[in-house]
Amino acid sequence: MTTSQSTFHDALLDAAQPIPLGLSDGQARPAGRRFSVYRNNVAVSLTEAMHLAFPVIAKLLGKQNMDGLAGIFLRQHPPASPLMMHYGEAFPDFLQNTEQLAHLGYLPDVARLELALRRSYHAADSTPIAPEALALPPEELVNARLTFAPSMELVRSPWPIHAIWLFNTQDDAPKPQPGAQDVLITRAEFDPEPQLLPAGGADWIQAMQAGQPLGQAHETALAAAEGFDLGATLALLLRGNAITSVTTERLEP
Amino acid sequence: MLDRARGPNDLPAAPGVGYKPQHYSDILADPGPVGWLEIHAENYMGDGGRPLAQLRHLSERFPISVHGVGLSIGGEAQLDPEHLARLQHLVGWLNPASFSEHLAWSTHDGHFLNDLLPLPYTDATLARICEHMDQVQDTLGRRMLLENPSSYLAFDESTWSEPDFLREISRRTGCGMLLDVNNVFVSATNLDFSPQGYIDAYPLDKVEEIHLGGHDEDEDDHGRPLLIDSHGREVVDPVWTLLDYVLERTGPKPVLIEWDTDVPDWPTLRQEATRAQVALERIPA
Repeated sequence: MTTSQSTFHDALLDAAQPIPLGLSDGQARPAGRRFSVYRNNVAVSLTEAMHLAFPVIAKLLGKQNMDGLAGIFLRQHPPASPLMMHYGEAFPDFLQNTEQLAHLGYLPDVARLELALRRSYHAADSTPIAPEALALPPEELVNARLTFAPSMELVRSPWPIHAIWLFNTQDDAPKPQPGAQDVLITRAEFDPEPQLLPAGGADWIQAMQAGQPLGQAHETALAAAEGFDLGATLALLLRGNAITSVTTERLEP
Repeated sequence: MLDRARGPNDLPAAPGVGYKPQHYSDILADPGPVGWLEIHAENYMGDGGRPLAQLRHLSERFPISVHGVGLSIGGEAQLDPEHLARLQHLVGWLNPASFSEHLAWSTHDGHFLNDLLPLPYTDATLARICEHMDQVQDTLGRRMLLENPSSYLAFDESTWSEPDFLREISRRTGCGMLLDVNNVFVSATNLDFSPQGYIDAYPLDKVEEIHLGGHDEDEDDHGRPLLIDSHGREVVDPVWTLLDYVLERTGPKPVLIEWDTDVPDWPTLRQEATRAQVALERIPA
């Protein structure tokens, strides 16, 4: 009688499956509850990992609901690698496809924000530019291209996700009001900070990420939001050490 | 090429602790008897940020043991080449004093199960594990240590005892042994054998590191004690006694305190390390 890892694996993740044959208590009696120790280790450790990874979702849902959802999620989406720091990447889509949660439409984007915070925390280090590097003559500035820190993240939502995140992580935060919010995450040193972007800010950053020169990106952002404030957006990026290079096109002879 | 002369022997025969980020400042300010630190490899495979910055800084002050929990050495499938490459990168830049992994599997069919799962001790398992160990040691260019598991059940198909199985792995691959004394106590209680008998049969001459940790108590279907290797509390007295039994036979070795869940404040963990130091000081070098 050989007990394959395939049988073991399937019985671990599905408590409705029988305990695999060929396992005993060392005294020739069936393993019984002893197998449940492994079932329990897997379910409890992955449920705890989900609580750690999505504290705001857990708070919004309550512990019991989060435990239940994590239990379903971990069986549908066991970790794809031993790097638990990345576990839960499929959770926002899972929340979105869970019918019973359809009335909480903001949950998937809040989960995306929590995922982005974790990615930022573990992202590669980088060296920011000095703010003076942007003090260029106007004709050079419009042609400037920027690169951003690997720890910078952008999360756009039709929901007030920044306000929801603040309300659930800080004591004195105001109650969220309806409305779309774009969130910029920067990591000045080690701690990712989610910040609310002014209207058009996310359009401008995405245009710059796509390689547009600054002037063109400015027009893209103005087309998306009439009152786009480039200065305010740049200030957020500079304060968060999120701009890592400035290049201006030079015509080579 | 595998440099067998360059062993994972650089850990001092002193107490060490499993490093937890919440103890960062306390460890640097007041390490007490702690002479080295152990990290879980997988927690330091991100690209940057605080975890790697802390590790770089700690490694200037303490010898570091890299302890893998995700390689799935006992897996039926091939080792994950991406994960092995990540490990090679970490061991490459950190150049730790030691690298160790578990006699266990954790990945199957692309799923990482976040637990150390048990193996049948057969010739087929032995051949597969030795092949995986050779691959790891060749990739890392260093010898590794292999740790004995905590067992809650036994496989009918096993034909080897665990100590003989480990001895044979060491003979074939040249690896050293990480003897987890709490795991011996847990397995002996759960499967009803003598822990001293296990130690007597164990390849003690290959031991280069010792683990201690706390366990929880439960019962099986027949009301017999079932100990769970939880690493969530103090090491119990019978395990300290078993440590003395081991050290009397091996001489002083690096002794690690593992405390991974319900992590206590630093003075509590340091106190456990002090108890390990007392045990080490009783043994002539």
